[in-house]
Amino acid sequence: MIEDVITIASYALREGLRRRVFVVVLALSLAFGVLYTAGSIAAFHATRDFSGRAAPVDARALTGATLLGLAMFSTLFLGAVLAIFLCGSTVRGDAERGLLAPLVVRPLGRSAVLVGRFVAGAGVCSAYVLIVFGGAVLVTHQAGGWWPDQIVLPAGELVLAVVVICAIALLGSVYFAAIANGILVFMVFGVGLTAGLLGQIGSGLGNATLTTIAREIAYVVPFEALYEAGLRGLTADQTGLTGLVVKLGPFGGGQSAGAALGPWTFAYLLLVLAGAARGFARRDL
Amino acid sequence: MAAALAAHGLEKRYGEVRALAGIDLEVSEGELFGLLGPNGAGKSTLVKIACGLVRPSAGDVMIAGVRAGSREARAALGYLAEMFRFPDWATADEVLALHQRLARSRGGAAERAVLLERVALTHARHRRVEAMSKGMQQRLGIAQALVGAPRILLLDEPTSALDPLGRRTVRDLLAELRQQGVTVLLNSHLLSEVELVCDRVAILRRGELVAGGRPSELGRGGGVEIETASGPRRFPSASREDTPVIVAELVASGERVYGVRRLTSTLEDVYLEAMQGERPT
Repeated sequence: MIEDVITIASYALREGLRRRVFVVVLALSLAFGVLYTAGSIAAFHATRDFSGRAAPVDARALTGATLLGLAMFSTLFLGAVLAIFLCGSTVRGDAERGLLAPLVVRPLGRSAVLVGRFVAGAGVCSAYVLIVFGGAVLVTHQAGGWWPDQIVLPAGELVLAVVVICAIALLGSVYFAAIANGILVFMVFGVGLTAGLLGQIGSGLGNATLTTIAREIAYVVPFEALYEAGLRGLTADQTGLTGLVVKLGPFGGGQSAGAALGPWTFAYLLLVLAGAARGFARRDL
Repeated sequence: MAAALAAHGLEKRYGEVRALAGIDLEVSEGELFGLLGPNGAGKSTLVKIACGLVRPSAGDVMIAGVRAGSREARAALGYLAEMFRFPDWATADEVLALHQRLARSRGGAAERAVLLERVALTHARHRRVEAMSKGMQQRLGIAQALVGAPRILLLDEPTSALDPLGRRTVRDLLAELRQQGVTVLLNSHLLSEVELVCDRVAILRRGELVAGGRPSELGRGGGVEIETASGPRRFPSASREDTPVIVAELVASGERVYGVRRLTSTLEDVYLEAMQGERPT
C-alpha cells in the first residue's frame, strides 16, 4: 500500500511539474508578492503618524495586522485554487478523460490512488502556503518593523485549512466532473467565508444567534474555523483600543476556536477521506 | 485446471437499461477469444467487469480461478481500454515505467525496450504522448497492457485507430502471444481480423450471447458456384461431395468448365444474420 501511495504521489507531483502548474502558480504568487510588498511599504508609510494625530492606537500593529490578515486570506484563496487544481479531477475527471482505468486495473487498490493523490496535493499545498505566508510575514516586518503575536500556530492552521480543502476537493471528485467539482468547492469555500463575515457582524452587534450560526458553519467547513483561528493568532496579545479596532477591521473577525478544533479537523479529514474511499470503491468506471 | 476467464449468469443493469442479461462464457487457458457485437451489445461492459472496473448486478466473473476485481485477478491481467489516454506530458518510456511499478514488474529498462520493439515504437521511446499519433498511442496502450507479462490479456478494440500496417503488427503480436500461451480476449468490430486470428468467437446482442464457436464452424456451406462458358452457375444446396458429380454431368452435357468455387458463409454473414432487425447505433 505504501509503495503504491508513493508511486501515485510521485506521478501526481511530476504531472504538476510537467503541466507547468507550478510555473503558473509561481507567476501568480510572484505577482501577489510584488503587489503585497509595494502595498505594505505604502501602507506603513501612510500610517506612520496615525497614532499621534488620530487616536491612541498602535498604528504599526493595526497596519501590520490588517496587511497580514489580507495576506492570510490571499494565501488561503490561492491555496484553495491549487488544491482544486491538484485534487479536483482525481476520480471522475480523470475517469472521463480515460486516464484512470489503466491505473486502477493494476494490483494497487483504489484507496492507494486516492491517498497518493491526496498526499501529493496536500504536500504541495502545504509547502506553498508555508512559503507564501512566511514570505508575507517577512515582507510585513521589513516594510513596517512589525511581527505578529504568533507565527507558527497561524501558519500551521492555514496549512491545515488548505489540506481540508484538498480533502473536500478529493471527495467531490468522486461524484462530480472536474469543472462541476471546482465550482462546488469554490461555493463551499464561499459558504465558509460568508459564515466568517456573519460571525464578525454578529460579534460586532452582540447578536448571539448570528455568532452561533457562524461558529457551527465554521465547524461544518473547518477550513474557515482554522483560518479564523489563524487570524486571531496574529493579534492574540493585542488589547485596548488597538485590539478593538483590529477586531472591527476587514480581517479582524478572527475567533479562537478552542481546543476541540485540532482533533475535530483530524477527525473531519479522516471522515472525508473515508467517504471518498467508500464512494470510489462503489463507483463503476 | 480453472478457465482463464469464466462468466456465470453475468448481469449488469444501469437503471432500466440491461447491458448484460445473464452471460455464461468460458475462455480456456492460451485461447484467443473474439467478442463481437454492435455498439451497446455489452462487450465493453463484460470486459470492464472482468477487470474490476464495473461491478456486476448479478452473477460473477472468475479470472484464473479467483474473483474478478480482486488484487490476485488484477495481477494476472493486462488490459487495454477502448477509451483510454495516457498523460500527455509523459514519454512512452515513462508510461511503461509507471506501469511496471504498479504491476510490480522487475523487468526494468530491458522489458520496456522489448515491449516498445514489439509494437514498433522503439524510435519513439523518449517521445511525449502529446506528440504521438493516435495509432502510436494505441500501440503504446498495447505495450502497456503487456507490462509484467500477464497471463490474460483483455483488449477492447485494440486496432480501432490503427492503419493496415499497425493492424498487421498487432495481428503478428497476437499470434506470438498465442504461441507463448497467453490467453487473449479480444473485443473488435473488425470481423475479418477476428476471423483471421481468433480460435473461438462469441457474438453478443443486447446483452445476450446469440452465437458462439470456432469461426470455421460458424460459417455454413452455401453451395457450389461453377464458372462455365455460358456464365457462372450456382448449385445452392450442393455440398463439397456433390461437386465432382455436378462437374462431370456438366462436362457430359457438353458444357465447358473453367472453375469451381465452394460457397461458404463468412463470419460477417453469420454476424449479420445474428444482427437481423438490429439498427445501427
